[in-house]
Amino acid sequence: MSVTIDHAVDNDLGEKAPRSARGEALRRALEAKGLLPEGYLDEWNNTAENVFSPRRGAELVAHAWTDPEFRELLLTDGTAAVGQYGYLGPQGEYIVALEDTPTLKHVIVCSLCSCTAWPILGLSPSWYKSFEYRSRVVREPRTVLAEMGTQIPDGVEIRVVDVTADTRFMVLPQRPAGTEGWSREQLAEIVTKDCLIGVAVPQVESV
Amino acid sequence: MHGIHDLGGVQNFGPVPHRVNEYPDGPFQTAEYHEDWEPLAYGLLFACADADQFSVDQLRHSIERMEPRDYMTSSYFERILVGTATLMVENGMLTQEELEDLAGGPFPLSRPVSSAGRPANPNLQQFEVGDRVRVATEQVPGHIRVPGYCFGKEGVIDHRTAHEWRFPDAIGHGRDDGGSEPTYHVRFDATDVFGTDTEAESIVVDLFGGYLEPVPA
Repeated sequence: MSVTIDHAVDNDLGEKAPRSARGEALRRALEAKGLLPEGYLDEWNNTAENVFSPRRGAELVAHAWTDPEFRELLLTDGTAAVGQYGYLGPQGEYIVALEDTPTLKHVIVCSLCSCTAWPILGLSPSWYKSFEYRSRVVREPRTVLAEMGTQIPDGVEIRVVDVTADTRFMVLPQRPAGTEGWSREQLAEIVTKDCLIGVAVPQVESV
Repeated sequence: MHGIHDLGGVQNFGPVPHRVNEYPDGPFQTAEYHEDWEPLAYGLLFACADADQFSVDQLRHSIERMEPRDYMTSSYFERILVGTATLMVENGMLTQEELEDLAGGPFPLSRPVSSAGRPANPNLQQFEVGDRVRVATEQVPGHIRVPGYCFGKEGVIDHRTAHEWRFPDAIGHGRDDGGSEPTYHVRFDATDVFGTDTEAESIVVDLFGGYLEPVPA
């Protein structure tokens, strides 16, 4: 008796029109159905590129670093703290800030898709939406961060926060030494998008 | 839905394609696009959602319903596009033929729904910060916001939200019986999730109350 394996059917996918042609096709179809109001796409893109920004998250962190009362509000009712700045918005309506300490480092991921606090972090970057980050960071965050350029010392607990419902998170990183007396504007310059996601820690340039 | 999208903990992917703070527009990058058409994707999605054609939960589910090979080989914004187009065809607003005519070629959509979804859990319990809970072991074929790695695992509640939302397993299928529930930030010991094969100490997952059951003290 022989066993045969049929290789006649492989796992190739069929053809598709180019992505840009499919995108344009859906745009034209929606326009024809009256579902795309005049200027809608331009306005959306303006919001995505010029309004949603990690500069806002950096401003919140710099404020929390310099004002214990605001820090307390940010950590107990992030939504209220962000609301004071008028920075709530789509994919950022219920905010929780995660406080890093000398023994705890938070890292944010959306393993199921790409969820991010858009209005205060900006749209999710490509790498954050990659299968590599979504699969690996929940299991081996120390190696993932090291590969990306951030060494987390042994003895510091890494807490991975998976964005699976409607809470949108930001990391409140530790304020680095050497920033004593800095203005909020100076401080905000070292709190990058990656610091807010949790894969980087704020760096002070050595003079 | 136990789909290919449920990637948390899957092994053998390579390096994340990024070095910290290295972005084309600098470390305060806002949006990031790689093809000219990509800014369209979210715009079209929200135009449909704003016009009450579907919810963002339904969009997540329609992307999960992409044929698994198609999901794995499509770019992120392409998946948004396919998910949006699929729902518009399913709700009768467009036809696939129209889309293919306009695109000048094949426009494959997600696979059909295989589940009607389910209503909000009728036995909803309220939990407090510090309570120990277990994630239900019941897996569901439709939309669900529980990553596979924490089914049946026990953890501790770190936070109960001050807001409530409709149950994704219902609203993700366009049902109106999703009720209104807080969610809970449940903290798991990473070793309870992945055994010794992990470098994390803890993992926090934001879970609807309907996914949780109490663990007797």
